[in-house]
This record gives sequence, structure tokens and C-alpha cells, in this order.
Amino acid sequence: MEIERLPESDELLINMGPQHPSTHGVLRILLRTDGELVTGAKPDIGYLHRSLEKIAERVTYAQFMPFTDRLDYLAAANCNCAYAWAVEKLAGIEVPERAEYIRVIVCELNRIASHLIAFGAFTADMGAFTPFLYGIRERERINDLFEMICGNRLTYNYARIGGVSHDLPDGFLDELKDFLDYFEPKIDEYNQLISYNKIFVHRLANVAVVSKEDAIAYGLVGPNLRGSGVKWDLRKDEPYSVYDRFEFDVPVGFGEKGTVGDAFDRYMVRIREMKESVKILRQAIEQIPDGPVMAKVPRVFKPGPGEVYFRAENPRGELGFYIVSKGGTSPYRLKIRTGSFTALTIFDKVARGHLIADIIALIGSFDIVLPEIDR
Amino acid sequence: MDSAVAFLTSKIPFLASLPFWVVAFLVMLVVALVILGFALTYEGIATYIERKVAADIQVRIGPNRVGPNGWFQFIADGVKLLMKEDLIPAKADKFLFVLAPYLVFVGSFAAFVVVPFGISLIAADLNIGVYYVMAVTSLVVIGILLAGWGSNNKWALLGGMRAAAQIVSYEVPVGMALLPAVILAGSLSLQEIIRSQGGYLGIFGWNIFHNPFTFFSFFLYFTAALAETNRTPFDIPEAESELVAGYHVEYSGIRFAFFFMAEYGDMFVVCALAAALYLGGWQVPFVDVSGLSPLLANLLSLGVFLAKVIALILVMMWVRWTLPRLRVDQLMRMSWKYLVPLTFVNVLGVSVWVLAFDGKGIPALVMSLLGR
Amino acid sequence: MQEYLPVLLLLAFAVVAATGFMVLSGLTGPKRFERGKEDPFECGMPLFSDARRRVTVKFYLVAILFLLFDLETAFLYPWAVLFRKLGLFGFIEMMVFILILVVGLVYAWKSGALEWQ
Repeated sequence: MEIERLPESDELLINMGPQHPSTHGVLRILLRTDGELVTGAKPDIGYLHRSLEKIAERVTYAQFMPFTDRLDYLAAANCNCAYAWAVEKLAGIEVPERAEYIRVIVCELNRIASHLIAFGAFTADMGAFTPFLYGIRERERINDLFEMICGNRLTYNYARIGGVSHDLPDGFLDELKDFLDYFEPKIDEYNQLISYNKIFVHRLANVAVVSKEDAIAYGLVGPNLRGSGVKWDLRKDEPYSVYDRFEFDVPVGFGEKGTVGDAFDRYMVRIREMKESVKILRQAIEQIPDGPVMAKVPRVFKPGPGEVYFRAENPRGELGFYIVSKGGTSPYRLKIRTGSFTALTIFDKVARGHLIADIIALIGSFDIVLPEIDR
Repeated sequence: MDSAVAFLTSKIPFLASLPFWVVAFLVMLVVALVILGFALTYEGIATYIERKVAADIQVRIGPNRVGPNGWFQFIADGVKLLMKEDLIPAKADKFLFVLAPYLVFVGSFAAFVVVPFGISLIAADLNIGVYYVMAVTSLVVIGILLAGWGSNNKWALLGGMRAAAQIVSYEVPVGMALLPAVILAGSLSLQEIIRSQGGYLGIFGWNIFHNPFTFFSFFLYFTAALAETNRTPFDIPEAESELVAGYHVEYSGIRFAFFFMAEYGDMFVVCALAAALYLGGWQVPFVDVSGLSPLLANLLSLGVFLAKVIALILVMMWVRWTLPRLRVDQLMRMSWKYLVPLTFVNVLGVSVWVLAFDGKGIPALVMSLLGR
Repeated sequence: MQEYLPVLLLLAFAVVAATGFMVLSGLTGPKRFERGKEDPFECGMPLFSDARRRVTVKFYLVAILFLLFDLETAFLYPWAVLFRKLGLFGFIEMMVFILILVVGLVYAWKSGALEWQ
């Protein structure tokens, strides 16, 4: 990979990654620096490529479910559900209402878990290691809840085409309520501990600014888009599943400490989204109906020829599945669109003119996950 | 020195038969051994304490495998580092690469020589003590710079340059923040400065409570000292999330241990300096140690001094595990635009105060008003 | 000068101790050669350019500023020791000296030498 070099200059080319503590995985970034100042940054990806899209063409629709776990390992439940919704849309399968509610519950729980890691890893990148452990502490309880539901703690493989694999265990909803009561005040604790810390604010305010226009033009999604002040949330604007039955706000960045769309805005959007997720979970606990959790769907089925694009709001923005069927037992073609990947496209533009330390803030505030980028 | 030799020769007849310089040499050797032993033990225990403090702050347990409650963890760590392969990168400047850890180690160790542990527990009571500490700790900068350059690694080079820029920038406020205490005592000898803080006022005899300017000077010094020792929030030369490990990226085994020990050694030295100059050093509040028997006086003053220093070190650890890291431009701005002018003002304020009130501090003035 | 003898001796002792540690480590540590082991850390990629090149001028600016102000601190120390004896005379003398340097600092500030970006 090459990065253009200015002639007659003493610029230093630095190779950040793939083995670097804060590239959030095996991302490689080639930096062109003048002292501490970054004059160019080229992300280089592909170190984690597993050809998931090609695998999908060789396995049945149901068999691909575990692979979606590996798409975004911090939000495996969201990926499971998004894939299931996409295939159901393709095959026209009706899902029982209780299953939809359970999916919303696991998705929102997983969103909290994912944002906790984003919050913790980001603060650790900024040099404050302690909040990371606090985030992990709360995430541990979410993992316990997931273990209750499906026995797994990271890659759940919980959703099924037509429903979910198990019904919720006895007493789960009470446990969930306990957790929410415990967790909600913790968010304010994070804000006290680090969010409004003066050094932290100074590190992030006016750093790595993505303007509203740029965010839309480069196709940013999810919290990164909302951080730039665009109120766009698929759960609200293009409601799928039962999301239209819940009351919640869509937090956006508003230049709280600096410019709209700076790293601090993106960070705060995630913090506030955790609160909204808690709101949704509380309503879901109230509303959840009884009934079956699985529709009658055969293990191997052949949807009719056609194509479908379905997108869901994941912790890292919209996750889109584009599936083409030619009537076989496996997709003819499956394309995955991920939020982390689009975030990387704007990387070079934003990175220029920042210091090396800000590059770390930039990566952290985009909250990228490498398996999602490389697929 | 002379008194120690005289004391020993009067007690042990065999030594009296030897020439003076032999006895003096033996005494110095013993002192050197004691100080080195102290420094190494302290550095080991400090790493253990740091890990336990971090664990407490981060709601986890910390080291608990080696020995009861993990107390011997530092020994295990030391042995491990000692038995690591000694690696020198092929492209490195071998001479500088090897020299750097020596400079860092010697620089941090040499400062221990003038640390006033007790009323007469000091290896060398130099009449330029304060200045000597500043001089020898500067060796550490050279070591770090050499390490960064010698490694021939981009991260190390960036870390080394950052470290040099940072430490020299903060050298100025450190030096200026120490001046008020020197003005008040009229001496650079650490023992003299500590003695001047004794008396009937107890803790209010300490320089920190002398007047508002010295009060601020202490905090200015402590802030600048955090930066001098490359501790969070000023740890940008290491900045593990940015520069991987900064200037010691390429170092492993015992050479890495030297850098590591130097960091903790420096922490001790700057905290000892802060305690000696502003917190009364080994002065025990409301107890006149010089009136006690030598053994008791030394033990008592040693305990008090170590307590003060360790308290300050714990504050450093607390800060490290709480605050995020500054950026390099913010760090420079903080030194040149805030700390340097503020320390100027403080020096000015203290000298005006001394002229106006004939060197008396607020507590002394209050006491004289009350008729003491 | 006699009081500096312990200092010198201690320095020598520190060097000896450090060498001792190095020798001990050399005796106990393993020696295994592997390809790539002696390469500098380049985040897992093969080395592609030399690290030693000219560094940015900002660092030199800091160095020059440091020289100025640290020398000043060095001058202030003897003054501070004798300050009480010198009295008002010493105060005024030093204020003139500091004033000149403050003017220098203000100039550096205004000309942007203290800005990093």
C-alpha cells in the first residue's frame, strides 16, 4: 500500500497497526506525519477477512446464523436478529409477537453491552484506564443475563429464522428489571467520573469534527451520524419489528462542549443511547405478551426467487443484509453493509491536520470493530 | 561523615588502629549499600502498592498469587525481568542503546544521596542539596532521549522527543516552584531547610502554611513534578495507547527494569523533595526531635518522613488511575503559559512577603498578635 | 570538597551495581536467535523506512526556550539563598532581571513560539 509523499520533505511515515494497542483490532493505518502533526492517514484493512459473504452462498439460510455472531462480536445478538429479519422478509415468514419482543430485549441489552465497551475502550485510549473496568463490571451482568437466556456469553446464536431458539427462562424478566435498576444510576456515575472531566473534555472537544454534510455524504451511520447532528435512527424512522410500539428519544450531538460532530458529541451520543435503551427495555418488560417464540419454519427451506435488502439499527449503525435468492436452499448472493466500514471512508479526510494523539481519539470515537469491516 | 567516623572509632578499638580514610571509605560503602538496598526494595514494594491501589480503584483484586495477598509479586517480577533474554535490535545504535538505561538508573539513584531521611540520616548533606537533585535527575532526560534515538524505532523516537520536550519544559516551573522554600530558609541544604520549619508552631511551621504564595508553590511544584516523572496525566512519552510504550518500546528484560525502577525512584525523590521543602521533612509536629536520644530521634524522624513521602506517592498513584492523559500541545501550553508565569508570580510574592514581614509567616504573625 | 566524596563513591557504586545486574541477567537469560526477533517494533509489519530523520523544529524551539529560562532559574538560586541578607537592594536587582525575562516570555508568547500547532 502506498501513501503519496510530498517531495523534498522530511515527513515520517508511521505504521500504526495491525499490532497496536488502540486500533481496536487489526486495523492498520499508514500515517504521514510532520513531527506530531498528521498530514495523511490511510487505513489498510483485510487482516481479519474470513469471506463470510462467500460462505453464505455455500450454507443454508439457517446455517449462516452462527456466522453473523462473528460479524460484530460486541453486538452478536443484533447481528443475529438483523439477519433473521432479513431472511424472514425474503421468505415472507410471520414471526410470533413474543419472539419479536424477545428480540428487541436482547438487541437493546446487547446495545448497552456494546456501548459499554465503546465507552470503556475509548476512555482507556484517552489514558484513563479505570472507566474501562467499570464498564466491564456492568457488562459482566449483561453477559450473565445472556447466559441465562441462551447459555452463551459472547456469540449467542440466539435468533432463529422465524423466532428465537429458546423462550425466556423463568424469572428472567425480574432479573432484567433488577439489572436496569442497578444500571441506570451508573450512567450518571460515568458522567461524573469521566465524561465531564476537564482533561477529557479538552481532549475531545473540537477534535475530529465531522460536519453534518460530510457525515451524510460519506454515508456515516448510527451514533457516528447522529453525533454530527443528524436525527436518523432506523428504529424510529423506518421502524421494523415492534420498535414502533416504544417511546424513546434519539439523542444527537449538539456541540455540547465544542463543535457539532466532534469526538465528544459522538461519545455523548453513545452514553445517552444507553439511557434510551434502558427506557425501551422497561417498556418491553411491561408489554411482552405470552405465546410461542418460534414460527413453523423447516430447517431447510427454499424461498422463492427474488432479492431483499433489510437494514437494522445496530450499536455501530445500520447493518444491512442484501440477499439475492434464486430459489435454492442457500442465498445466491449475500452482501453485508456495516457501519464500521463506512466510518473508515471518512478517516483520511478527518485525520489530516490532527496530532497523533487525536488519531487515537478519532478511531475510538468512531467505535469501529474490525471483524465487521473485514467480514 | 566525620562525626560518624569519630563515633565508630571511639566505639570499636580495631577501627581506631586503621587510618582515617579507610574507615571513612568503609562507612561510605556501607551507606551506599544501605541506600541501594533501600531504593531497590522501595521500588519493588512501590510497584506492588501501585498495582494494589489501581486494583482497588478499579474494583478488582490485583496481584494475589505470589505469597500472602500477593506480597511477593514484586520479587517474582524482578526475577522474571532479570532472567529475560537481553535483546538489542539489529538496527539500533548499540552504544547509545546500552548506555541509556545506565544513565537513567544512575540518575535516579544518585538523587537518593541527598534525601534527608531523618534528623541525621542523610548520606551527604550537600550545601547545594536542592540544586544537586535537579541536576542529577536531569540525567534521566538524557537517558530517555538516548533510548528513543538509539532504538531506531519510530515510536521510541517520538516518545524520546516528547519526553525531552516535556521534561525540559517542566524543569523551569519545578525549579521556580522550589525557590520560595529556599528564600525562606536562606539555604540550599535540605537539612537546613527542614530545620527552619521546626519550632513551637507544629505543622503550622511548615513552609506550605507560611503564606499564601508558598501554599500555591507546593501545588505548583507537585503538578510540575508529576510531569517531570512522566506520570499520568502527563505520561505522553510512554502513552501506551498512542506510542505503544514510547521510548522503551525496544527495551526488554533488565534494561526495561532499569527504566521502570527509575520511574519509581524519581517518584520517591520528587515526593521527598516536596515533603522536605514544604511539608516539614522529618519534623515531627509538636515534638522537638533534637532533644531526644539520637536513636529515638532518628527512628521517629525517619518514620514521619517516610509517612509524608508515601502519602504523596499515594496521591500520585491516585491521580494516575483517575485522570485521562493530556495531549502534547496542551502539555506544553500548560507549562509555558500557566505554570511558568504562576511560579514567577509566586517567587515575586514570597520575596515581597519576606521583605514586608521580615520573613515571618502568617502563623507566626498570628501568634505574635496573640502575645506569644 | 570532602562532602562530595560520598556522592562520587555512590555514583560509582550505582554504576557497579547496574553492571552487576546486567551481567547477572546475561548469565541467567536465554540466548535464542530467531528471524525477526531483532527487528524494531513496527506494529507487526516489515520495516519500511528508517526512523532517524530530522525532527520537527518545534522541539528545537522548546530546547531554546528551556536554555533561556533554566539558566535564569540557575541564577535565581544563589540570589534566593542570600535574599534575606541582600534585602531591598537584592529584590530590586532581581526584579529588573526577571522583568527582562518576562518581556522575553511575553515576546515568545506573542510571536507564537509557545503554540504547538
